[in-house]
Amino acid sequence: MRRILLAFLTTVAAVIGLFSYRTSTSHPLGVATTSAATSAGPGAGTSTSSSRVTPVTGSRTVTGRVRQTRWGPVQVQITVSHGRITQAHTLLVPNENANDAEINNYAVPVLVSETLQAQSANIDSVSGATFTSQGYIGSLQDALDQAGL
Amino acid sequence: MTAADPGRRTWVEHVMGLPVSVTVRGPAARGTRANQLVQGLYAELRRVDRVFSTYRADSEVNLVRSGALARELASSEMREVLALCAQARALTGGCFDAELPRPDGRRLLDPSGLVKGWAVERAAGALTSLAGHDWLVNAGGDVLGHAEHGPAWRVAVEDPRRRDGIVAVLPLREGAVATSGAAARGQHLVDPRTGEAASGQVLSATVMGPSLTWADVLATAAYVEGAAALVRLDALPSYELLLVLPDGELQATARAAARLRSAFGPEPSPGTGHDVGPRPGRAPGAVPPRPLPVQMPVSS
Repeated sequence: MRRILLAFLTTVAAVIGLFSYRTSTSHPLGVATTSAATSAGPGAGTSTSSSRVTPVTGSRTVTGRVRQTRWGPVQVQITVSHGRITQAHTLLVPNENANDAEINNYAVPVLVSETLQAQSANIDSVSGATFTSQGYIGSLQDALDQAGL
Repeated sequence: MTAADPGRRTWVEHVMGLPVSVTVRGPAARGTRANQLVQGLYAELRRVDRVFSTYRADSEVNLVRSGALARELASSEMREVLALCAQARALTGGCFDAELPRPDGRRLLDPSGLVKGWAVERAAGALTSLAGHDWLVNAGGDVLGHAEHGPAWRVAVEDPRRRDGIVAVLPLREGAVATSGAAARGQHLVDPRTGEAASGQVLSATVMGPSLTWADVLATAAYVEGAAALVRLDALPSYELLLVLPDGELQATARAAARLRSAFGPEPSPGTGHDVGPRPGRAPGAVPPRPLPVQMPVSS
């Protein structure tokens, strides 16, 4: 059985980076559908390394369905390399009708992996205090489910 | 999407305001019968939601709440849930209570906390007829699983302090894992004994045991009760408790601690920087409770 491996970090390397997605007609965010390098968008969080996704040999990108949220269409994308999740992104698909101010206030959690000093865990599900449907989108459980669809 | 594992399939639907994920593992996981059973599971959850949702004006629970429908005349499912709520209140010393006190002194009926685990547990019964397969259900963070033919499921416990962080991994062969806390919802659980917000002595409480209904009830009660819940849970033969304290420290009943050690092996993991070697918890000054009644099985 194929397992989804998850790498998580020491406190030295940030486990979670946040980025704000700023809509602007001059900087459209491209939605990645292949494993080519994608940018997570301008304004990446200060605690992360480069937001560019560099494909690892033998990796594949799994892109989930586009779901509608109140900020516009959202899509979960993970990169799996040799059975290990190396990148996970919640992408905001550009929506021309989106209100810029509202989107600027929305921080999308991005799970960034680090191969050094990493402790691998092999997990199937996450138990937490009730996730609402809204909170689920972009969550770790969402990434696990998307890979299994 | 790239090619998926033929021996495994995951479904996700949103029911009862929650994301409900189902995973089936086995040779016919991607077959028609598995899909039919899972669709049946979702249909059953939607049906129960129509009865118990407090957000639907015409639900039976709202009729009972308002007094328009006498409890004795309610459906058998409603009466079953209300009876379980009464048992849950007695079992947890009032830390779980479906009748929440309001500022005006009246009590408001809301069995939602018990209905969630109860509904999922009953609906998941459909999956047991899929012989030779394992399955795992996650309903908004409540997990129920069966791993007889393959490796035990590995269920992560969410870090209540940060989204997508985890503090522990529990091996699950058969049974449930339920977690209670304030984190994801953004609102605080009420302590039914006082009518005010729960003290926040612990950030989250996770209970493992054979029944999701009771794991959910006990996790909710333990979050309200705090560290004293370790004593209460230690006296229940088949349920285990793991608490996450405000500084990230873990405390657990003895069996939960053993389970965590088995998941990680002899070395506690240093990855997250937390102390992942829990000690059996002692609630300072707590008086051990009287022997608690045997768990009432939830009729399926």
